[in-house]
Formats: sequence, C-alpha cells, structure tokens
Amino acid sequence: MRYLKATTILVAAALAAPAFAQDSGGRLDIVVQPEPPGLMLGLVQNGPTQMVAGDIYESLLRYNTDLEPQPSLAKSWEISDDGLVYTFHLNEGVKWHDGAPFTAADVVFSADVFLRETHARLRASLAYVDTIEAPDANTVVFTLKEPFGPFINAFETGTMPIVPKHIYEGTDFANNPANATPIGTGPFKFDKWEKGSYIHLVKNEDYYVDGLPHLDEVFYRVIPDAAARAVAFETGEVDVLPGGSVENWDIPRLAGMDNVCTTGKGWEFFAPHAWMWLNNREGPTADKRFRQAVMYAMNREFMKDVVWNGYGKVATGPVSSRTNFYSDDVTIYNHDPAKAKALLAEMGYDGTPVRLLPLPYGETWQRWAEAVRQNLTEVGIKVDIDSTDVAGWNEKTANWDYDMAFTYLYQYGDPALGVSRNYTADRIKKGSPWNNVEGYNNPELDAKWANAATLVKPEDRMALYTEIQKEIVDDVAVAWMQELEFPTIYRCNVQDLVTTGIGINDGPRNAWIKK
Amino acid sequence: MWKRFRTNIGAMIGVGILLAVILIALCAPLIYPHGPWQMVQRPFLPPMSVDGLPLGTDTLGRNVAAQLAYGAQVSLLVGLVSTIVALLIGVPLGAVAGFYGNWVDEGAMRFTEFFQTIPNFALAIVLVAIFEPSLASITLAIAIVSWPPVARLVRAEVMSVRKREFVDAARLAGLSRPKILMTQVLPNTVSPIIVMASLMVATAILLESSLSFLGLGDPNAMSWGYMIGAARTVIRTSWWLSFFPGIAIVLTVLALNLIGEGLNDALNPHLSRKGRA
Repeated sequence: MRYLKATTILVAAALAAPAFAQDSGGRLDIVVQPEPPGLMLGLVQNGPTQMVAGDIYESLLRYNTDLEPQPSLAKSWEISDDGLVYTFHLNEGVKWHDGAPFTAADVVFSADVFLRETHARLRASLAYVDTIEAPDANTVVFTLKEPFGPFINAFETGTMPIVPKHIYEGTDFANNPANATPIGTGPFKFDKWEKGSYIHLVKNEDYYVDGLPHLDEVFYRVIPDAAARAVAFETGEVDVLPGGSVENWDIPRLAGMDNVCTTGKGWEFFAPHAWMWLNNREGPTADKRFRQAVMYAMNREFMKDVVWNGYGKVATGPVSSRTNFYSDDVTIYNHDPAKAKALLAEMGYDGTPVRLLPLPYGETWQRWAEAVRQNLTEVGIKVDIDSTDVAGWNEKTANWDYDMAFTYLYQYGDPALGVSRNYTADRIKKGSPWNNVEGYNNPELDAKWANAATLVKPEDRMALYTEIQKEIVDDVAVAWMQELEFPTIYRCNVQDLVTTGIGINDGPRNAWIKK
Repeated sequence: MWKRFRTNIGAMIGVGILLAVILIALCAPLIYPHGPWQMVQRPFLPPMSVDGLPLGTDTLGRNVAAQLAYGAQVSLLVGLVSTIVALLIGVPLGAVAGFYGNWVDEGAMRFTEFFQTIPNFALAIVLVAIFEPSLASITLAIAIVSWPPVARLVRAEVMSVRKREFVDAARLAGLSRPKILMTQVLPNTVSPIIVMASLMVATAILLESSLSFLGLGDPNAMSWGYMIGAARTVIRTSWWLSFFPGIAIVLTVLALNLIGEGLNDALNPHLSRKGRA
C-alpha cells in the first residue's frame, strides 16, 4: 500500500511538472540554410523564409502533428454544414509589433488584397472563395462558391500569413521599404539581420498569449557549408539543426553525442514525398507492366535503410501516410525480382535502355539513383544514369525529355492541395516540373479527383480517395519511393521545440530551455 | 636501348606496377563478374572485417576492391585513348608547322597558343559540362586540352631535323616534300614523343580523376576519382573509402612517371648524362 501511494504521488508530480516548470529566458541558436532571400512572408515563401518569418508573422490557425487545426490569431471558428461559410473569431487585444492594434480588417486585407496578388499557391485555393468579410473588428467570414474540403488547411502561416494593413494598404507591396523590417503579430520581433552571418529576433513582450514566448531571443545562423554546420553543432555554437542541414551520414554521429535529441516530427504539413517520374508517353515506361516491374525490382526498404540511414518510410502510393485521406488499401510492391522478370517477359521487353535522371541535390540523391540502377540491372533492365545540374534537371523534366526521373514534392496536408496536381490530365502541360510530368491520363480518375475536392463530408472524401489510390497504385502512374523524413537535431534541454505540423517554422513560440 | 632501360631500377619498378594495374583491369570481370555497382554487404564495413571483402564496403555496401579493379579499367582506358587522340591532333599539326614554316607555321602556332592560354583544367570542365559527362566526352575533353604541348614539341623537333644533311640528300634524290616529312623527318622525332606520351597518360589519369571527383565523371562508369569524390563527405568516419583509390592513383601515376623518366634516359643518353652531372 505504501509503495502504491508513493508511486501515485510520483506520477502526479511528473504529470504536473511541465505545467509550472517551464523556465523562461535564454537564447536559441538555430541554423538556417540557405540564407533566406527576404523575410516578408507575404512576398517570399521559400523554406528558409518560412522558418525565420514563422516567428514574426502569424496566421489564423496552427496545425498539430496530426494536422488538426489549433487556435492562433483565431481563438475559435465554425464551418457551416454545407461547407460554404467559414467564420473565425479573433483573439482580442492583439497588437502589431509597432504597437498598432490588430483587427479583422487586417485579415480581410491580407487574404483578399495582398496575398491574392503575391501568393500563387494560396490564389489557387482562393479561387473557391466568393467573399471575405469582417462583420465586426473580431470576426472574419469566408464564403465559398462551392465546397472545398481542403480549405481548412489553407490557414497555415506559410500559406496565409496575416500582414499589417496599416503599413501595406495602397503601396507597391514588393518595393515597400517596410519589407526590410518585417512587422507581424508573432511571438518574436525582428531586430537585426547581419547578411551572411545571422538574423536576430527578440521576444515580443506584448504577445497576446500569457507567459509566451519563454525565450528572450532567437538567432538564426547562416553557415553555408554542411560540414561546418555539423561542427558548429558539435562545438555548441548552435542548438538546433533543422532537417536537411547536415548530410545524412553525419546524423548518427551527431545524434550519438551527449544531451542531443532528434525528432522526425514537424514535417507533417509538408509531408515531402519522393518518387520517380516514369514517362507514360513513350519508351518501355509507357507499358504498365514495365512500370509494375520497376516497382517489384526495387528493394526500397534497403534504399531507405542505407541511402537515407533509416529515416523515412517506404511510400505505398501517391498520398503520404502523414497527409489526410491516406489509404493503405492498395497493392503493396515488395522487393520481388522474380515477379519483375515475369512481367518483363510478359510484355516482351527487348532490352531497350532507359535513362534515369537523378535529382542533382547532392550525394544522397546520386547514391539513390545508383541503387535503383543496380536493382533494375539485376532484373535485366538496362539503365543509363544521365548526369545533370539543377537547371538541366528542371529543363529535362519540364520538357518530358526523360524515361525515369527522381523528384520530391510537398503535400500541404490534403490530396487536393498537394497530390492531385501530379496525376490529373488538366495538369499535363509542358514547361513545369511540378505538374503531371509523367503524362498519366485517366479521365475516370480525373472526375473522382475533382469530385473529392469539393465534397463536404470527410467520410465521402475518404471513400473517393481510397478508390483513387487503389486504382492509381495498380497503374503505377509514377514509381513512388519514400516518404522523406528530415530529422531535426537539437540539444535535449530545449523543450517543446517541435509541437506542430510545420515544426521549427513556428517552434520557438512554445520552446523553452531547461535550466 | 632496352639494355639501358633495363638497368634503370626506378623504371623497372614502374613497369612492374603498371603491368600489375593492367592485369587487375583485365581480370576485373573475371574476379567480380557482377560488376562494381552490386551491393554485396552492409555499408561502411571497414577493411578486413568480413571475409571476401579485403578493402571493405562503401556508402551503399558495394565492394571497394571490385570498384578499384573496375576503376583501373576506366583510368587506363581514358588515359590511353585520350593520349592517342591528343597525339593524333598534335603530331600532324606540329609536324606540318615545323616542316613548312612561314604562314603555315604562323597559323598553326597561333591556333595552338589559343588553346594554351586557357587553363587546362578549366577548359576540360567547361567542355565536359557542355557535352554532358560520358566516357567519350571526358576522353575527348582531356585530349583537347593536352595536345598543344605535343604540337609545340613536334614542331621544334621537326625544325631541327629538317635542316640536317640527310634531308637535303633526300630532296636531291627527288622525294616529294610530304614524303620527306613522313619517311625521313618524323621517324627521327619519335623518341621525345614517346617520352612525352608516357607522361601524358599519367596527366590524363589525374585529369579524369579530378573531373570525376568534382562530379563530372561518367555516372555509369566506376572510376577512382568518383570513388574519392563520393567518399569525401564521410572521410572522418570511413577513411578507407578515399584512401585506397587515392593510393591506386598515386601508384599508377608514379609508375607512368618512372617509366617516362626511364624512357627519357634510355632514348636520350646524352641529355640524361648532362642532366645528372
């Protein structure tokens, strides 16, 4: 009995601990790679910008690692039953970093005026929006023309950052001098940007959430060389290596150091998904049996373990398991060389060589292509690796001058935002390496993709996406390789760093350093 | 001549090493029938840790020994072929320039200088980048950057030989000018060309390795430079991946240089004695 009691007290203490033990103060040094081109998130949305500016700017919602919406500038929200009206109730007493009050007018200006002009990805979603109105200073209403299921995922910081109306209204957005000193509502204020060296953010003392942020300041450090970044972490100069800042084979060494933790979380919203385009138009890859043979020939589990040091997950189909509406009810292509050979024999493959275009993003991708070539060679497919630079890769994939080509893209939480664009016929268009590059053309599925995007009930959408995934995996539109995982490496005494689906991008808001 | 060459210990060591490398290159498909790209074991196995893998495995678990053997093929092939191509360009150009003189000489030499003023390696990189890396384009690029010294050497030799009496005699005997060049003059310039060629093979191997190291190698051919380039990022944890191909390059280039030296001594005994005094 005594024993039990003691345990109970211990458990209670452990559960209670985080509630009052969050130490405040301290500074965090995070690597940013490469140096962002600018910090005005409404104008520039590439990776490094999102990472730094995600502390300065905010959006209506945040998303946890299961991609469920969480309050941010909006404290609550409702969606009408017909899926057409989205009503957001904003937090009160929120101030811009320059002291001006934040109101619903800022939201309307950002979404309806500013971002419509500057943000191509959001514009595609805003095409479904009929009106954006502010009935009072703390309420914003989005009314849609037709239901658009993924719309609730469009309120992320990098997707719909809220910018200050009083600074930008009526100005030339791209050339506004205020772009150099970004003003947001976020937990950290911009202080100084020493080009080529660091970006310094300081605590927003007036932040509207009590007790947040815990940190006094955040330094984003620019270190151009991967090996130098690893050394900077080893020597304690930086505390956090965001995903992709060091080479894969350096990760086990760094992760093995004392007081170093790693996490694969924080990429759920992006869910980077890697595959090989298989040219559906011409050559051996135009034959479905050949494409299936490619899938069976590859030992993708081995590639994940060796090329990616075990980080990530073998992809089962077009939708990442981290994205909403993922279905595993599909044909699973295990490593089965015999089956691959049988399929090749059935189609009468005559040994025509196929060209393989690796992604020119460094060693890992080159090794990956070599492993694929070896696997395909083992079942009798002759593969020549093309070698190219980034410009050449863009040019060749965009103009369909390839047989097989590596790529990876973000999924943005919903198949209608980040998946269907690669498989529907209306996205077959020369000149872009991000659309339906493989030339997969299946009118029946096109209708289902379109339908699934506009259904209101998640169950109905799930049913359609399940059908789509099953059929497209049988067709092997492209060779799905892997759900990429870019582990974040950090000192263990940095707590609550990665709590959302966009990870470091808005991580410092809740982070604190244990003393 | 062979007698003189044979007494040169350094040269004989060079021949020994080169023969060994050639033997390994020729036998590679017999010893490792599955090629250099096959993933045979766990990655990053150190040398001697597993039977049958004396040199360990690389980042993908491929046999380093097999890679070395196949790399020898590529290095020797590129070295040899590019040198032959360079000779095919340089020798005729230099010979014609030196023999006919006047505006032919002027034109040929200005053309040669045009190539000589561009740094070798930079030009090779540009050429390979334009043609897209493949064994053929790399070989061609190396040949294009290495022929100018050949042309200048042959020109100088031809100029000195064509003033000799036996050339006048041949002319008096009624031989045509092209015939004199081909049968009387050129054969007398062969020895310096041979010496130079042996050194050029060594330079070509180094150039190919450097290109591969920079990622401009043929992605479908295993080469020593590629091995070092791929191992660069893991040099702190897996030294053997860059060490063995590095040794292979050093030994092969050293062997070729020793042979070149030996040939030089054997073919130009006067020069060598003077040089050593």
